[in-house]
Amino acid sequence: MSDELPPDATVAAKLATYVRAGGVITPLITLLVAFLIGGLAVLITGHDPIATYKAIFNGTGLNWLFPWTSAQDRTIAALNLQQTLIVTTPLILTGLAVAFAFRCGLFNIGGQGQYVVGGIGAVWVGQAFAGMPSVLHITLAILTGVVFGAIWAGIAGLLKALAGTNEVISTIMLNWIAIWTGSYLFNLGGPLQNTNPAQKDVPVSNDVAASAKLPVFWGDPQLQGLHIGLFIALAALLVFWVLLNRTTLGFEVRAVGFNPDAAASSGISVARNYIVVMAICGAFAGLAGTLDVLGWQFRIAVNDIQINQLGFFGIAVALLGRNTAVGTFFSALLFGGLITGTSVRNLDPNVFEPALATNLTYIIQGLVVLLVSTDVLVIWLWQLRRRRRTVPA
Amino acid sequence: MSGPPLLELKQITKRFGTLVANRAVDFEVRAGEIHALLGENGAGKSTLMNVLYGLHRPDEGEIRMDGVPVEIESSRTAIRLGIGMVHQHFMLVPVMTVAENLVLGDEPRAGPLLDYRAAARRTRELSERFGLAVDPEARVQDLGVGAQQRVEILRALFHDAKVLVLDEPTAVLTAQEAQDLFGVLRTLKAEGTGIVFISHKLNEVLDVADRITVLRRGEKIDTVPAEGATERSLARLMVGRDVLLRVEKDEHPPGEPLLSVRGLSARDDRGLPAVRDVDFEVRAGEIVGLAGIDANGQSELIEAIMGLRRPDAGTVTVAGRDVTGAGPRRTLEAGVGHIAEDRHRRGLVLEFDLAENLALREYRAPPYSRHGFLHPRAMVAGARRLIDEFDVRGGEPETRAGSLSGGNQQKVVIARELDADPQVIIAAQPTRGLDVGAIEFVHRRLVEARDAGRAVLLVSLELEEIRSLSDRVLVMYEGQIVAELPPEASEEDFGMAMTGAAA
Repeated sequence: MSDELPPDATVAAKLATYVRAGGVITPLITLLVAFLIGGLAVLITGHDPIATYKAIFNGTGLNWLFPWTSAQDRTIAALNLQQTLIVTTPLILTGLAVAFAFRCGLFNIGGQGQYVVGGIGAVWVGQAFAGMPSVLHITLAILTGVVFGAIWAGIAGLLKALAGTNEVISTIMLNWIAIWTGSYLFNLGGPLQNTNPAQKDVPVSNDVAASAKLPVFWGDPQLQGLHIGLFIALAALLVFWVLLNRTTLGFEVRAVGFNPDAAASSGISVARNYIVVMAICGAFAGLAGTLDVLGWQFRIAVNDIQINQLGFFGIAVALLGRNTAVGTFFSALLFGGLITGTSVRNLDPNVFEPALATNLTYIIQGLVVLLVSTDVLVIWLWQLRRRRRTVPA
Repeated sequence: MSGPPLLELKQITKRFGTLVANRAVDFEVRAGEIHALLGENGAGKSTLMNVLYGLHRPDEGEIRMDGVPVEIESSRTAIRLGIGMVHQHFMLVPVMTVAENLVLGDEPRAGPLLDYRAAARRTRELSERFGLAVDPEARVQDLGVGAQQRVEILRALFHDAKVLVLDEPTAVLTAQEAQDLFGVLRTLKAEGTGIVFISHKLNEVLDVADRITVLRRGEKIDTVPAEGATERSLARLMVGRDVLLRVEKDEHPPGEPLLSVRGLSARDDRGLPAVRDVDFEVRAGEIVGLAGIDANGQSELIEAIMGLRRPDAGTVTVAGRDVTGAGPRRTLEAGVGHIAEDRHRRGLVLEFDLAENLALREYRAPPYSRHGFLHPRAMVAGARRLIDEFDVRGGEPETRAGSLSGGNQQKVVIARELDADPQVIIAAQPTRGLDVGAIEFVHRRLVEARDAGRAVLLVSLELEEIRSLSDRVLVMYEGQIVAELPPEASEEDFGMAMTGAAA
C-alpha cells in the first residue's frame, strides 16, 4: 500500500507517481487521443483528417529527414524545418521554465510574462550599443533578458516564500503586468518606441543592431534561416538536467518538490528554494524571449506581445514532456512542428484552410493540457488495472 | 463443535510474479469463535483475506463454506455467501446517514424511492440486537472513528454476515474504543458469528481471541489456542526466534546535560498556546521519556526544539550551543538526530530512492557532493554501507523509499540520523506501526546510543515503551510538564499525571 499517496501530496509528488505508473506510454497515449479528437474536428469541418495531418507534417519540414524525399521537395522541406526549429527553440525554454518549477512542486503559469520581459530586456540592450563587438553585445543582451526573466519570476517566488502567496495566482497576474508594460513601452510615444521618423506611427521598437543579431547557421539570413539560438536551447536542456540531477541545488529542489515537510526537517530551506527555483524558471523563459528577439524577430511590436502564446505553450510542452529534459525536447519539437505545420505559410490551403488549422493546433494543445493535468483517464485506467493485481501489503 | 467449520481455507497459495504471498495456507473459523490471524507486516495476512473476500483469485487451494466448496469470484459473491469485511480504511459515504450507508446497494424501496423509514428501522433492530450503539439518523462524517467502525460492522451484519473479517481494526482506535470493540465482538461471538481478527499486536490478540493462527513469510506457522499462549510464545512464532520484549540495559550514571530546554513556549498551527513554559534537560547517557496522551503539545515541543516552529519564549541549548530559533539546519548541525514522529511526512521523501534518503542530511558535504555537485556513486556506496549496517531489508540503494515496508522505512530514518553521530537523539514515536522484530531493533539502537553517552529524548504515546526504555519519565499534559516519574511508578500514577489529575 506504500504506493498510495498521502492526501496532501504535492503536485510534483502526484505527477511522479503517475509518471512511474505510465512511463513513456501515457504521454504517447495522451497524444494519440488528442490527435484523434483533433482529427474528428477536421472530419466535422468536412475535410479528410489523414490528408490534413499529412499536409501538416509536410508543412513542418520534418520530411527533410526522410531519404526518399525528392530534391525539389527537400529544398522546401529545408525551409520549413528551419521554421519549425526556430519555433522549437523558445518552446524548449518555456517548457523548461514550467518543468523546473514543477519539480519543486510549483506551478509556473508565468512563462508568458517572463518570456515578454526577457524579450524587452534583449531588445533594449540589442538596439543600443551599436558598434559593440558582436560577441560582447550578444552576451550582454542575453544576460539582460535572462536576468529580467529571473527577476520577474523571482517576484512570484519571493511572494510565495514570504507571504505564502499562491504562485499560480501571482504568475498569472505578473503575465498581465508584463504584457501591458510591454504594450506601453513600444506603443506610440512609449519610451522604447522606435526613433525612426519614417515609422513614427508604428507601435514597434527599434531594430536590434547587427552586432546583437545571432548568426544564422542553416539557410539564408535574409529568409529567416535557423539561428544558433537552437544550440543555446539545447545547452539549456543539458543545464536543466545537470542542475536537477547532479547538483546539491537540484537535490534540494527535488526534495522540496516531493515533500516540503521532510525537506524542511532535514535542514533545507523551503522558502529559499521557492525563490531560487522561480528565478531559474524565469531565466529559462526570459532566455526564450531573448533568443526570439536576437535570432529572428529583431524588434518587438505591441501586436507581437499581445498575440504571442509561446509562454503558454510551455505548459503543454512541460506536461507532455513529463518535466524531463528529453521529454521537453521532444514535446517542444512536436509543438514547434504543429505551430509551423499549421501556419498560413506552410500548410497547403487546398487540403485544409490554415485559418482552421491554427485552431487545430490550439485544440491539440488544449487537449494535451486537459488530458495530462486533470487526473488523466489513461492513468486512472492504468491504476485500476494495477489495483486488480495489487502486490500484498 | 460438531459438523464442519463455518469457513475453511485449504492449502491456499497465491503468487505475485515470483513472490509467494501465501504458500499452502490452511485456516478455518468455527461459528461462535474469534480466530486471530497474527503476523508481521508483509506476512501475508491481508493477501489471505483478500483471497477470501474475492479480491484476489488463489493460484491453488480451495475455500469451503459449511463444508461445501465455493468459488469466490468477487466481493459480491463473498457478501452473498455471508462473508463480511471491515477494512482498515472505512468504505462509507461521509455525507450519508448511518441508515443510508447501511442499506447502500440493497435499498428497501417504497416505489422508486428509498424507504428511509424501513432502512432506519432495520438499522435500529440490528444495533439493538448486537449492542452496537449508533444513531441511524446521524451523518457518518459527524461520527467518531469508533462509531464509524461500528457502522461498518453493522453493514456487514445487515448483509447477514456469518463470518466477519476485521483487518487490523484497533489500528485507528483509542484504548477505550478498542475495549468497546472487543465487547461488541464478544456479543457477536455469542450470537454465533465467526470472527477473523487480523492484528500484529500480541496483547490484544491474547485478550480477545479463542484461537490464534500465526503467519510468517506467507506460510502458516501454527494455530494455537489463546489459552496458554503468552506474548513471548507468540512473538517467537511470529518472528521465528526469541524476541526481547523487555529491553535490557545497564545502570550507569548520566553525565553532562546535552539538551536543555528552558522556559520554552510555542503555539500550534491555529495560533493557540501548545507548549507552555517547558523546562527540562537530557544528560549524556540517559533516555528521558516524554509521556502523554496524543495532542498535548508533544509534536509542537519537538518542532520548537528542532527549529521547525518558532518559539514564543525560552531557549534550546544543544551541547552547549544556543540553537533557539536557529532553524532546522543549524539545530541538526549542532548535533541532533531527529527520528521524526511521522516518517512519511517528515522522515522520508518517499519518491526518493534509499541512497537519496540516506544522504538527506549530509548531501552538502563530501563525499556526497563537492563544490555543489553531487557524487551519486558515493551516495550509493554510503547507502550500501548503511543498508548493511542497519539491516534494511527489501531495498537496494536505488529502491524507492515508498516501496519499503514501514519497519524498513524506519530503519532508513534511524540509519541516517544515527550515522551523523549526533550528541542528542530525539526519537518521536519511533516504533509507530512497526512489528515486534522491528520494534526490538529500534529499542536496541536507542539503548546503544544511550550507553555510548548520547542524550536520548523519547517521545511516545505507548506508555509501555516509555517505561521499558526510559531512565526517567516526564509527563506532558496540555502543553506543560506536569510530573517527573521514575519508570517504575505505577500505571495509576502515570494515568493520573497524563490526564492532569496529579496537579
